[in-house]
Amino acid sequence: MSNKKNWPLWEVFVRSKNGLEHRHFGSLHAADAEMALENARDVYTRRNEGVSIWVVESKHITASNPEHNGELFEPAQDKVYRHPTFYDLPDDVKHM
Amino acid sequence: MKNKNLYNYILGIADNSLILGQRLGELCGHGPSLETDIACTNMSLDLLGQVRSYYQYGAKIAGDGRTEDDIAMLRKEREYFNVLLVEQPNTDFGYTMARQFLFDVYHFLMLTELEKSTDLNLSAIAKKSIKEVSYHKRFSSDWIKRLGDGTEESHKRIQTAINDLWTYTDELFHQTEADKAMVAEGVGVDVTKLKDAYYEEVNAVLEEATLSVPESKYFQKGGKQGIHTEHMGYLLADLQYMQRTYPNMEW
Repeated sequence: MSNKKNWPLWEVFVRSKNGLEHRHFGSLHAADAEMALENARDVYTRRNEGVSIWVVESKHITASNPEHNGELFEPAQDKVYRHPTFYDLPDDVKHM
Repeated sequence: MKNKNLYNYILGIADNSLILGQRLGELCGHGPSLETDIACTNMSLDLLGQVRSYYQYGAKIAGDGRTEDDIAMLRKEREYFNVLLVEQPNTDFGYTMARQFLFDVYHFLMLTELEKSTDLNLSAIAKKSIKEVSYHKRFSSDWIKRLGDGTEESHKRIQTAINDLWTYTDELFHQTEADKAMVAEGVGVDVTKLKDAYYEEVNAVLEEATLSVPESKYFQKGGKQGIHTEHMGYLLADLQYMQRTYPNMEW
């Protein structure tokens, strides 16, 4: 399609089984939400990969800036104590 | 053959899906966008899957040693009973969607009735196919509306396609000898009774798509008797190439 640049980009999230969460599967082009759903069905679930689809136009996703990775993520690297793994749990407490 | 009418009846249904599936398959790698390309190929594979069930059943009825592949691949042009509509070429995406839409509305109505057949094999195939065809109809109807209510160019092209293909719609509701015999036995669908519902549904979608309903009352026929348009020979040449060039080859 010669003016495909006019079709916005959509991000596709698929839930592969009931009980699991939706996961990002990829992206595609579509004119609107309805077409995005149909395209997602055909492109990403034709081999029985899913039971539910979400689509969201890519421009609505606010992403962190990779240039800020230093201040955003590096401070967490040496703070292993923030994991709650330094407590002694009573044996009766299960599934923690 | 003992049950010639049933055999011919099965071919009449199956050949529509085989030939339309072949047409859609031609778009593999040639669709207007990656997404529509995969969608058309998916529909093609849905139809070919249905076709296998029909021809396997047909081969059993024929009982002369022929397999589903023989029936699908080794008949001559005059021995295919598909309607003329499904053999029309992929002139552009408008024609592809118009042909799909005009067939899907019929296909869905037909399968809904076939599910009630007293023949349990046909009923089961119809039941399995109907979900696939329900999606095909949704997909093609959406595209009719998008193209019709889209740009000036898309409106013009889809209207041209609908006008050109309209002449092949009436044949969908013609009864063959096999049809009549099978309707009498409670096995077949009386297609003449689907006509009103068909045009009502088609016209409603065209109207929503801001398209005009063609007024032509001149209709083409012949496919159901094996008399095809000039496009059919080329289509079969493609479809049958491997089996004709390397008889009995397998892969």
